[in-house]
Amino acid sequence: MAVSTAPDGTPLWRRRTPRGDLLVWLGWLCGVALAVACFQFISDRTIWMFVWDAPQQGADLVGRMFPPRWEYAHQLWKPLWDTVNMATLGTALAVVIGVPLAFLAAHNTTPSVVLVRPVALIVIVASRSINSLIWALVLVIILGPGELAGILAIALRSIGFIAKLLYEAIEEIDPTQVEALTATGASGAQVLTWGIVPQVMPAFAGITVFRWDINIREATVLGLVGAGGIGMQLEASINTLAWPQVTVIFALILATVLVSEWVSARVRHHII
Amino acid sequence: MSATAAPFDAVAAARAWRPPPLIATRWLRWAIYLGALLYAVLGVATVEVNWARAAEGLERGARFLAGFLPPDFLTKREDILEGLLESVTMTVVSTAIGIALSVPVALGASRNLAPLPIYLFCRAIIAISRTFQEVIIAIVFVAMVGFGPLAGMLTLAFATIGFMAKLLAEDIEDIERAQAEAVRATGAGWFSWIAWGVLPQVKPRLIGLSAYRLDINFRESAVLGLVGAGGIGDTLNTAFDRYEFDTAAAILLIIIAIVLACEYASGWLRRWVQ
Amino acid sequence: MTPDARPLLALRGLTKRYPTGDLALDGVDLEVPPGQVMALIGPSGAGKSTLIRCVNRLVEPSAGEVRLDGEDLTRLGRGALRRARRRMGMIFQEYALVERLSVMENVLSGRLGYTGFWAAWFRRFPRRDVVEAFRLLDRVGLAHMADKRADALSGGQRQRVGIVRALMQDPALLLVDEPTASLDPKTSRQIMRLLVELCEERGLAAIVNIHDVALAQEFARRIVGLRQGRIVFDGPAETLDAAALTRIYGEEDWSRTIRRAEAAEEEELA
Repeated sequence: MAVSTAPDGTPLWRRRTPRGDLLVWLGWLCGVALAVACFQFISDRTIWMFVWDAPQQGADLVGRMFPPRWEYAHQLWKPLWDTVNMATLGTALAVVIGVPLAFLAAHNTTPSVVLVRPVALIVIVASRSINSLIWALVLVIILGPGELAGILAIALRSIGFIAKLLYEAIEEIDPTQVEALTATGASGAQVLTWGIVPQVMPAFAGITVFRWDINIREATVLGLVGAGGIGMQLEASINTLAWPQVTVIFALILATVLVSEWVSARVRHHII
Repeated sequence: MSATAAPFDAVAAARAWRPPPLIATRWLRWAIYLGALLYAVLGVATVEVNWARAAEGLERGARFLAGFLPPDFLTKREDILEGLLESVTMTVVSTAIGIALSVPVALGASRNLAPLPIYLFCRAIIAISRTFQEVIIAIVFVAMVGFGPLAGMLTLAFATIGFMAKLLAEDIEDIERAQAEAVRATGAGWFSWIAWGVLPQVKPRLIGLSAYRLDINFRESAVLGLVGAGGIGDTLNTAFDRYEFDTAAAILLIIIAIVLACEYASGWLRRWVQ
Repeated sequence: MTPDARPLLALRGLTKRYPTGDLALDGVDLEVPPGQVMALIGPSGAGKSTLIRCVNRLVEPSAGEVRLDGEDLTRLGRGALRRARRRMGMIFQEYALVERLSVMENVLSGRLGYTGFWAAWFRRFPRRDVVEAFRLLDRVGLAHMADKRADALSGGQRQRVGIVRALMQDPALLLVDEPTASLDPKTSRQIMRLLVELCEERGLAAIVNIHDVALAQEFARRIVGLRQGRIVFDGPAETLDAAALTRIYGEEDWSRTIRRAEAAEEEELA
């Protein structure tokens, strides 16, 4: 395709045909033009005067954030505990609902491809498409502010995540192991627990821990919309311009996330 | 994650037949089970729930859902359109900038390419970018550059760097060394070496991750508005504040539709690249 | 071996100690005259691979000199080292083609040392490089494969592409690392024959790491035996006898190995 012959008989080589070259260049041109146009749009909605003194604002901000008010940390232990709880209990709830959902959604385990599977897939998609912060926003309106809304928001977002990754893992299992068990005369439930569950167990554990790790991060901000946890203190501190307290909160979040990442890495390493 | 294991006795039982057991030491196993149980009890017990308020929830939820119906796409269509455009433009620009910057960071964060000081520096960038939730970063950027989509764009670009660089660096560290070594043996310069020996090996992953990140950035752009960083989230927040639930429902439906479209498109792109 | 000819490559006291403390090369002295195909044999871990990688400094030697045409490569800076590497083509055990690039791109990658970054990035190689690439691909019988992706080729074909890539550098010396280790016996012989023929055609010297003693005896004029980082045998292929093999590999019944090489030669003649 890209090999041709010059008039003088020597062979020529190009990576692409001239048409292909043109298409690639055009593609890049369109991409860059799109990005520039988009930036132009954003730029029109930006008051650049504020941006130019951003370095100064930033320096100012840092100046106000230091020194941190470390004694404020004593008021943060309970919200921090709540944050971790929200993430953990939310993940647990998501597992309880998400795992059966995954089995209903997987091609090879669903009771009915026509009836059950599409419903399960719709539930998964709806759960995944909406950020937990938006779920929290809605739930705070319904249930009132507090941890319960946070736990449910985390769970609602995580159900889709866990179910999607798990049903993909279920669909990728080795069918011969299942066949072998069916051949022994095992019942459907037995095939499930002996043939399928052991195969997806490592994937399941990995997915759960991974989501828990993400949920810790998410839980730190749910308080901004009133759903409990350390985010509420953050919101309050920002609203009262108590920047030295914000620094303490940031430091605490940083530490928590690092610990959770370490824990999840250890657990995943141990399992896989 | 310990608590997540607790509701899963059937699965845990299935695992018991598989040698070797997950935790070999018997006392440690029981200690972990006990710890998990204790945590579950403590965790549930310390959740403060205003049950009276929650009990109203069903009724309120019903009213709320009723308020959702029918979704109203038209009354605020200009606000919705403006929010959507902001979200889309934020997504496009931040993804482009984020990818462009993440490639050098990824190269620096690969232990097989970079000397130790550069490696540590790039890993530090990745760690900072990944630690904080986008919304928190957005708060800082809004404080620095003011309200509006620019803050959102900077936030997403910053988050993109950490995400892309980390996953790309993992892939670079997994390349086949022989192929890269062969290119080095031809006397190629450093840049040519990267372009010929490393890039072809990680290109599918780079494209796949970019598509995935575009998808994520759009989703995130829908919430950054909650802290004033522009986008459809701003419109959504306003709708909720004004109790215009029918408009909010319309916005949520639009978000779901676009996310689905993005997901299909990126899935298709990733298959095509393979 | 012509003793009066100035050596193309001369190693003096070449030593490599890995950070783990393993002494891979222990004061190796070796000279390779122009146009000589030399086989380097020895047990696994004897330092064969380290030796040829020390020559083009893919592995940094700990001590000693590597002189190519009199120039000490161990003292070169980055730019000068890259220019020196262009004169040493390398052929790898597992082919080491960049698998997601096409055959032609792999072949042209042999010119990277001569081509600027952007020209190479946009695949704008000089006309004569492309012509040479086609000529060499034709020589090894792969011209029709130019636009195939490298991972679509068989092992023997890949190794031939690897050879062409090394020749594209217009080298004076070939460093060949176990070229037949992942090939079947028939393809191995074809590849070795091709290598030797090409070296003769272009007057190239070559150091060929190989652990198949019979193949080494058949195709190389000179054999060097390496054991635990030291040279324990150096002589014409015909003089490699059971005693020499025992020195290189340790005690074993070698009579059949040597006879097999002779039988293979007879079979070739028949």
